[in-house]
Amino acid sequence: MTTVAEVAPPQARATVRDRLASPRALVLTCAALFLVLLASIVVAIGLGAAFVTPAETARYLWAALTGGRIGADETTTYQIIWQIRTPRVLLAALVGAGLSAVGVAIQAMVRNALADPFVLGVSSGASVGAVGVTVTGGLAALGVYAVSTGAFIGALVASFLVYAASSTRGVLSPLRLVLTGVAMSLGFQAVMSVIIYFAPDSEATSMVLYWTMGSFGAASWGALPVVAAVVLLGLVVLHRHGRALDVLALGDETAASLGHSPDRHRRFLLVVVSLITGVMVAVSGAISFVGLVMPHLVRMVVGAGHARVLAVAPLVGAVFMVWVDLLSRTVVAPRELPLGVITALVGVPVFIALMRRKGYVFGGR
Amino acid sequence: MDLRIEKLGVVIDGKSLVEELSLDVGGGEVVGLVGPNGSGKSTALRCVYRALRPARGTVRVGGDDLSRLPMRRSAQLVAAMTQDGAVDLDFTVEEVVALGRAPHQRGNQALTGRERELCARAMERLDIRHLAKRGVLTLSGGERQRVLLARALVQEPEILVLDEPTNHLDVRHQIEVLSHLRGAGLTVLVVLHDLNLAAAACDRIGVLSQGRLVASGTPEDVLTEALVADVFGVKATVVPHPLTGDPQLLYSLHPSL
Repeated sequence: MTTVAEVAPPQARATVRDRLASPRALVLTCAALFLVLLASIVVAIGLGAAFVTPAETARYLWAALTGGRIGADETTTYQIIWQIRTPRVLLAALVGAGLSAVGVAIQAMVRNALADPFVLGVSSGASVGAVGVTVTGGLAALGVYAVSTGAFIGALVASFLVYAASSTRGVLSPLRLVLTGVAMSLGFQAVMSVIIYFAPDSEATSMVLYWTMGSFGAASWGALPVVAAVVLLGLVVLHRHGRALDVLALGDETAASLGHSPDRHRRFLLVVVSLITGVMVAVSGAISFVGLVMPHLVRMVVGAGHARVLAVAPLVGAVFMVWVDLLSRTVVAPRELPLGVITALVGVPVFIALMRRKGYVFGGR
Repeated sequence: MDLRIEKLGVVIDGKSLVEELSLDVGGGEVVGLVGPNGSGKSTALRCVYRALRPARGTVRVGGDDLSRLPMRRSAQLVAAMTQDGAVDLDFTVEEVVALGRAPHQRGNQALTGRERELCARAMERLDIRHLAKRGVLTLSGGERQRVLLARALVQEPEILVLDEPTNHLDVRHQIEVLSHLRGAGLTVLVVLHDLNLAAAACDRIGVLSQGRLVASGTPEDVLTEALVADVFGVKATVVPHPLTGDPQLLYSLHPSL
């Protein structure tokens, strides 16, 4: 309540927001973004060490989906396209969508524009869980779900720890939250590295790199269904809480006076967010910056209303991640750049430019 | 609909912030709550809009115990204008006002035609319609208070509680906001710092000191020189307002007077 700005905001922003305000414009925007996503997926699947044109890629995909026929001389290319690249690109799209949505939800839940699962240590908590399960062979009874479950538990424990450590008498201090989160995040990374280095016969360095910087290199059709189910269901659940997130973003006092129990919503959403984050981290490691930057980027264009943001942000995040993954596997081929390197290289300048842009205000400053 | 606070007690961290507070606000009545900083005014109010669960006592709205109603239902009956105004996200004025309908809506349901009309009327009434598309973070303190009041009115409550609604407002807007309160036809419980405004705006006044209600009644009965000296530790001269007759307090900065 200390800043008093009497100047009108730049008109351009208001008009874009106005144009996107109608439900029809929103549907059209989402449909357009979906087409961009499909196109990006097809192009990205075709690009790599073995170059395949988008038309050819589409033909292979069509053949795979409909059981069509492929020439004998094409089997190798077909294998690369269908068995290696397709699950990888689809995974990138899912994780990009999930990270963006989770970032939006967390920022509203904890009323902090700097929050995302990576900053708050939820991602590194998940990697501790995943590494713990991988190294010890725990939760073996769960079979292929063991690592995901471990990551989910790690994420859940981390988010409740950070949450509890940064609130006094149930009142959350936004600044303390980020500080606690950053500290915890480094702490969890340390714990994870210790586990890895103490484990016998593991390729320690590359494993640490994978869990802290992220990669889709391990993508396979086998891992995809769980991720797809959890992320897509999670997106629906978060979107349905659009209004609840609006109300939470206004503060706990206001939320209560508007008939929404802030504690109940937060507890539930924290579990949902941990579940999505855990499952994503289990298959791709912890990827920074997407959950932080995407929500700001999308809010600048469509406004702060969460029903709208949560419809658009996952699509934008998915497109972004497909291209990030493409860069990661082509720039220094045949080696791969960790995803976190690219998201940071792209994310940092974008983030700083956003913050410095006139007329974009958050946190009242 | 009337609001009855019965033997309310609030304890936080072993510290008793409100003790044995009983106060009735009759239907359509405007009751002010005054007292020095830390006397428990805001804490008592928080129990009425259910941001806080009292340790003892009950808050009744139209005879119903609030704590037994679902949050949604009680928010349909009681609207609040609170102090935690700091919003991080740049919602538009229109969006914030529309969120007043949240207790009446399920999920992401869109506003109905009637609800849109309601929002437009509330913005008109509080003179913020021209700000509809503005981001709330770009507003001045006074504009923001009016947006919050519009949101509370859009809630269509029976009872309105306000925590220092005149904070950050210039004189003209202070008077406007308080006359809106009187004109709304609602049962109102309002925490005010300014005793003269309280005397002008309220039918009755309750005075809190260290968590206890030490006086209540009409402004004439309550705002005496003895009480002001006793509760606020301030020497004041009480004179009747030359036009309305409401008691008005005059202070002197000169210690010997």
